Amino acid sequence: MTEQINTPQAAATSPGGAANGDTMLQVTGLVRHFPVTRGIIFRKKVGAVRAVDGIDLSVARGHTLGLVGESGCGKTTTGRLLTRLDEPTSGQIVIEGHDVTHLKPGQMRPFRREIQMIFQDPYSSLNPRHTVGAIVGAPFKLQKVNVKGGIKRNVQELLELVGLNPEHYNRYPHEFSGGQRQRIGIARTLALKPKLIVADEPVSALDVSIQAQVINLLEDLQDELGLTYVVIAHDLSVVRHISDRVAVMYLGKIVETASRDQLYARPRHPYTVALLSAVPVPEPLTSETGQRERRRRIRLEGDVPSPLMPPPACRFHTRCWKAQDICRTVEPPLAELISGHKVACHFPENTP
Amino acid sequence: MAGDDDILGTSARGARGRRGRTAAEGSVVASGPQSGAMLEVQDLRVRFQTDDGLVRAVDGVSFALDRGQTLGIVGESGSGKSVTSLAIMGLHRGGSTTIDGRIWLSGEELVGANPARVRELRGAKMAMIFQDPLSSLHPYFKIGDQIVEAYRIHHPKESKRQARQRTIDMLGRVGIPQPEVRVDDYPHQFSGGMRQRVMIAMALVNDPELLIADEPTTALDVTVQAQILDLISSLQAEFGSAVIIITHDLGVVAELSDDILVMYAGRAAEYGPAVGVFNRPEHPYTWGLMASMPRMDRELTTRLVPIPGTPPSLIRVPPGCPFHPRCRYTGLVGERCKTEVPLLLEASAGHASACHLTAAQKAREWSELSGANVRGEIRETVPQGEVEA
Repeated sequence: MTEQINTPQAAATSPGGAANGDTMLQVTGLVRHFPVTRGIIFRKKVGAVRAVDGIDLSVARGHTLGLVGESGCGKTTTGRLLTRLDEPTSGQIVIEGHDVTHLKPGQMRPFRREIQMIFQDPYSSLNPRHTVGAIVGAPFKLQKVNVKGGIKRNVQELLELVGLNPEHYNRYPHEFSGGQRQRIGIARTLALKPKLIVADEPVSALDVSIQAQVINLLEDLQDELGLTYVVIAHDLSVVRHISDRVAVMYLGKIVETASRDQLYARPRHPYTVALLSAVPVPEPLTSETGQRERRRRIRLEGDVPSPLMPPPACRFHTRCWKAQDICRTVEPPLAELISGHKVACHFPENTP
Repeated sequence: MAGDDDILGTSARGARGRRGRTAAEGSVVASGPQSGAMLEVQDLRVRFQTDDGLVRAVDGVSFALDRGQTLGIVGESGSGKSVTSLAIMGLHRGGSTTIDGRIWLSGEELVGANPARVRELRGAKMAMIFQDPLSSLHPYFKIGDQIVEAYRIHHPKESKRQARQRTIDMLGRVGIPQPEVRVDDYPHQFSGGMRQRVMIAMALVNDPELLIADEPTTALDVTVQAQILDLISSLQAEFGSAVIIITHDLGVVAELSDDILVMYAGRAAEYGPAVGVFNRPEHPYTWGLMASMPRMDRELTTRLVPIPGTPPSLIRVPPGCPFHPRCRYTGLVGERCKTEVPLLLEASAGHASACHLTAAQKAREWSELSGANVRGEIRETVPQGEVEA
């Protein structure tokens, strides 16, 4: 587990890049363990799900960090910790220089305006009994903001901003398609003019053609409003398209982090290499004789191990084809191999 | 119609030539399977009566498939791809659904067949795997018992012990470690990828001729998806089944399919060999799908080109070409797109598309789009407030 560091100096050099002064989000040694208990009257702790187990991140203002990994690797928990929807077990979250890790709900309220979240499922994240106007206007009421021109006009401007018809103010969510609902969710997210948006699988519930609309919208909004994004996704091609930097998670740890181009062109961690190689390529492969062929790829055996009892030392060693004895005994540190590219592996790939 | 067949039936691979008949989509009246293909679907139409009106879920789709071949059906939600497969399996709801057209499985007509006969075929000669393996397995029963049941229904003479042995063999073949132990486990004791393997074992236990996989990997992680796709293709090579793979993921179809059918609003937009459809797509909808997808194997584009708008309601399919309200190229054709339904016509051997653009226009627009896409020069329009009824 990463040692907890509380000095701002140490935090400034943590991975995720953006070690300059204009850091929007700085996360150090973030840990979230969910206790597993037994017994009804005498509850005793018998273990912990190590959902997030000591991660460091930093995101520069106006940039996008992509967080990728398989299900169960802790990426959604990380997102919930960043937005303070969940309490970290330990670690530190600094937003624009303010430590928000242990703020009480009342103290947290002003920061809620700065950090907002986009959810995966546009069907369950909108209250079906509220009109679009009520949904998008709710943040103003909750934060008791008096906006110029009244809430209704602001909501209509927001709807227009995300490409919806402002006339639809009085409609209900069920009258909209999935892509439009996701736009409603984005309008609500933008209501209080946040600086940092954590988007948890923002497009994975949408059809391919609609995905592109929402991705473009997110990019336009970033350009227009100077937003900072943390995009959590399992789709590696979406992450490549949208991110400036990418962090790869495996079982609660960050195993590799680099700039987008560096990570996709020259992945170093065997897990990243395997993930990238597993993505199906939309181009049929044919042999010289015109026969259809399957692409050769690195096949990872089995599934992600349980975060209840993660493998010791390097957590990937149970599925890694390069694993040696040292991988089972010594945990590899997240080390900077080349500038801005960090890998936690004893035997990183030596891609040119 | 027979004329089309003669001209096009000369190609070496059976499935290629038969595609020509789809040129006369909507007007085929055939009396029997004409190609000798293992599965042949002709002018399939599936409609549901609902409170809101008549849903034309599938509206005149034809295709053919041989043993050992894989057909990929691609489309967005509501394009009719799943309904097509349910119609083949005879899994539609009887009362409110009407099915027209022909489906032949090994020469046997399935539309209008005796339900008891369809039940005999289902599971034995044709089998299906679904997107979510957890909801397709019964949580109360051991997976072994569920597979044994599927086997013994179609092999009543086999003893329980034989059936159990067969089940253990199948579990081993789909890559479940220690099958003789895991056969007595319950579904919740398996991970998502392992459950999908169990489903595949159950589907293949009777050695079916046709396997339909409806979004088999959508619920799975990318590394597990790769395992399952490998498994499907190696089992197909071993058993020689025909496979229909239904998905929205162009990457998955490119990996597995020999032929591709692109569906839009219940109709075939494009149908052809995988290599042709991916390298020289002919339909603006297929172009749209390809351009809207971020691709890892290409130079990074600055901008994706989405298809504007949303898929139409199948109760009120737009007149003329169903894609025309979202199409960027109607300007090149004019009013015909709004009034005349384009026929699925072959442009090159075995590669058909339903679009009014001329071959030269298609070639020019696609090469421009695929080039401009790389340069990120295309502007997309943001759809304005189209609300589904």
